[in-house]
Amino acid sequence: MRPAIRSATAVNTLGKTSPLGVGELGTVGAAPLELSDRVALFRFMALQRAVEERGLSLYKQGKVPGSFYDGRGQEATCVGATYALGPADPVCPMIRDMGAHLVRGTTPVAILAHYLGRADGVGRGREGNIHLGEAARGVVGMTSMLSDMLAVAVGMALAFKLRDEQRCSLAFFGDGATSVGDWHEAVNFAAVQRVPLIMVLEHNGFAYSTPSASQFEVDPLARAAAYGIAGESVDGNDVEAVFEITRRARERALAGGGPTLIAALTMRMHGHGAHDDARYVPAELFERWAQRDPLELQRQRLSELGVAVAEIEAAVAAEVAIAAEAALALPPPDPGSATTGVFATAEPVPLGLGAAPWSGFCS
Amino acid sequence: MQLTYLEAINDALRTALREDERVFLLGEDIGTMGGAFKVTKDLLEEFGSSRVIDTPISEEAIVGSAVGAAIVGMRPVCEMQFADFVACAFDQIVNVAGKLHYRLELAAPIVIRLPSGGGFSGGPYHSQNPEAWFVHAPGLKVVAPATAEDAKGLLLAAIADPNPVIFLEHKGLYRRVRGEVPQEPYETPFEARTVCDGDDLVVIAYGAMVHAALAAIEQLDGPSVRLLDLRSLVPLDEDAILAAARECSKVVIVDEANYSCAMGAQVASLIAEHAFADLDGPIVRVATPDVPIPFAPELERAVLPSVERIRSACDELLAY
Repeated sequence: MRPAIRSATAVNTLGKTSPLGVGELGTVGAAPLELSDRVALFRFMALQRAVEERGLSLYKQGKVPGSFYDGRGQEATCVGATYALGPADPVCPMIRDMGAHLVRGTTPVAILAHYLGRADGVGRGREGNIHLGEAARGVVGMTSMLSDMLAVAVGMALAFKLRDEQRCSLAFFGDGATSVGDWHEAVNFAAVQRVPLIMVLEHNGFAYSTPSASQFEVDPLARAAAYGIAGESVDGNDVEAVFEITRRARERALAGGGPTLIAALTMRMHGHGAHDDARYVPAELFERWAQRDPLELQRQRLSELGVAVAEIEAAVAAEVAIAAEAALALPPPDPGSATTGVFATAEPVPLGLGAAPWSGFCS
Repeated sequence: MQLTYLEAINDALRTALREDERVFLLGEDIGTMGGAFKVTKDLLEEFGSSRVIDTPISEEAIVGSAVGAAIVGMRPVCEMQFADFVACAFDQIVNVAGKLHYRLELAAPIVIRLPSGGGFSGGPYHSQNPEAWFVHAPGLKVVAPATAEDAKGLLLAAIADPNPVIFLEHKGLYRRVRGEVPQEPYETPFEARTVCDGDDLVVIAYGAMVHAALAAIEQLDGPSVRLLDLRSLVPLDEDAILAAARECSKVVIVDEANYSCAMGAQVASLIAEHAFADLDGPIVRVATPDVPIPFAPELERAVLPSVERIRSACDELLAY
C-alpha cells in the first residue's frame, strides 16, 4: 500500500537516500566553494526571505495590490542553482524563486517596487507579485501557465547549440508542472536535440493543494531515463548541494552532454499564496520540514566556520528596510502608459548578461 | 519570375535563410519531406538540419522553443502542418509570445506559418481559418497574403518584424495562384491593397476570398466596384478601410472564416463607428456560418462563401 501523501516518504528519508530510489542524496562531493561563496549563498537566501517577508507585510497592510506568493522554505533551491550559472546563462525562475532574481542582480528595491506596482518596479506596473524578470540580466519572467517556460528555455538552449556557444539555460518548475503536456513536449524535444539545458524540479510534494500521489504515478525524476537524459536528485534545502549538482549539470550541458533533470526535494512552508492557509498539509509534515530550514542549515555551517552570521542577517534586514522605504516613495505608473508597448518597434535587444557571483567564474 | 503562391513562400524562406544567419525553420516533416505541402522543398539540402529542423509532433514545444530562440537573438520561422493544429500551440502564442513585450520589454521576433483554409474536403480539422483567435489576442501581428508577390513580400516583412507574426497561407492558393514575383528580396508593408478601383461599392476581403470576390466583381455588369485586399489583419489598415467606405458608400465584407467575431465583424464595426454617416446602405457580410467545416463537397460548398454568394450580396446592396 502506498502512502497517502508520497512527499511524506520523501521527508522521512531526506538526507539519507533518495525516496525515489534514484541516486543518493547528500553525497555530492565537496563543492568548490570559497568561504565568500558560502557566505554569499546564505546572504542571498536571507535576502530572499527578508524581501518576501517585507512584501507579505506590505500585502497585509493593503499596500501591495492583487495577491502575494513567496518561496519560504525553498530558498536553497533557487539560490543554489542560480549561483552555478555563468553570466550568459539565462534563467527562467518560477513562483518560489525570488532568490534567482537576487543572485542575477535584481535589487530588493526593484522587487519591492514591483510588488507595489510602481512605475520603476521590475514589472513597471504591468506585472505584479512573482511575475517578474529583468531581461537585461538574462532573466525571463514566468507566466502562470505551467510549464510554459520550460519550452522557452529549450529554445534558448537550442539557439546556443545552433550557434555553438558555451552557454546553457536553466528553468525551474514544480512537481505539478510535470503533469502538463507542455512539460513532456519540452523535455522530449530537449532530449532529441541534446540541448544545453538544466531543468530544476522543485519537488515540494504539493501542487497548490494536490499532493504528488494524486499528481503522478511515476516520479518525474524517473522520467529522465525514459526521455534519455541525465537525472539527479538532491536535497533541495541544502544550498551547497544544489549548487554543486547544478554546477555539474552545467558542465555536462556545455560539454555537449545534453539536458539534466535535477529533482530538488524541498517543502513549501507557506500556502500557495497569502490567501491560502495550507490546511491541507498535515501539521507534522510542516513540523518535520521546519527542522530542515535551508537558512538554518547554512547558518550552522557558517557558524562552525566562525562566520558572524548575525551580522550578515542584520545587514540584510537593514538593506531591506531601506529598500522598502525607497520603494514606497516611488510613484505609481502613469495611467496613460497602460496601452503602450504592446508591440516592439525597434530592433530587438536580446537577453542581457546577469550577475554570476560564484568565485569560480572570477578566478 | 513567374511563381506559384507556394513557390513564392518557398522563395521567401530560401531568401531569408540565405540573407540572415539568424533565421532557422522549425516544423513537422519540413526537412527531408519538404513539408506536407512541399513549401520547404529543397531547403534541408541547401541549409542543413541545424537550420531546417524536423521537430517531434509538439506544437507547443515548436512555438515555445521558437520564443526562447528569438529572445536570445534568433529569427525562427515555425510551420504548423495545418493551421488547425495551431490550437495545440495556442498557449505559447497567446500567453507567452503575445504578452512578452508588454510584460517584460522583450521582443519575440518569430513567424508562425499557418496553411489555412478549406475547399478541398479537408473536413473539420484541415480546413479552418483561425485568424480571429489571434487578432483578438494582444501583441500578435496577423497577415494573410492573396497573391504570390504578396506571399513573398509579406513573409520577408514578417521575418524582419520584431514581433510575433501569424502568417496565414491559404492552401487553396498554393498551386492555383501564380504571378510575377521579383527575384530580389523585398518587404511588403502590412497595409491594405486596392485590387481594382471603383466608387459604387467596395468589397473588402483577404486571402483566398480576394480571388472569389474578384471573380464575383467580374460577373457584375455595369457598376463600378472597388476591391480592397486587407493583406494585414493586425495592424489593420483603418485609413484604407474608412476611405474606401466613405468613397463607395456601400460595403460588402467577405470572410472565409466563421461568421461570429470574424475579421469582417471587426471591419464592419470600424466602419459603423467611424463612417456611418457616409454609408448608403447596411454593411453586408458574407462569411462561413458558425459550423465546423464539413467534409462532403456538397456540404462544404454549402457553407464556404462562393463567388455566387458574394455576387448576389453585391447585387442586393447595389439595388438598396
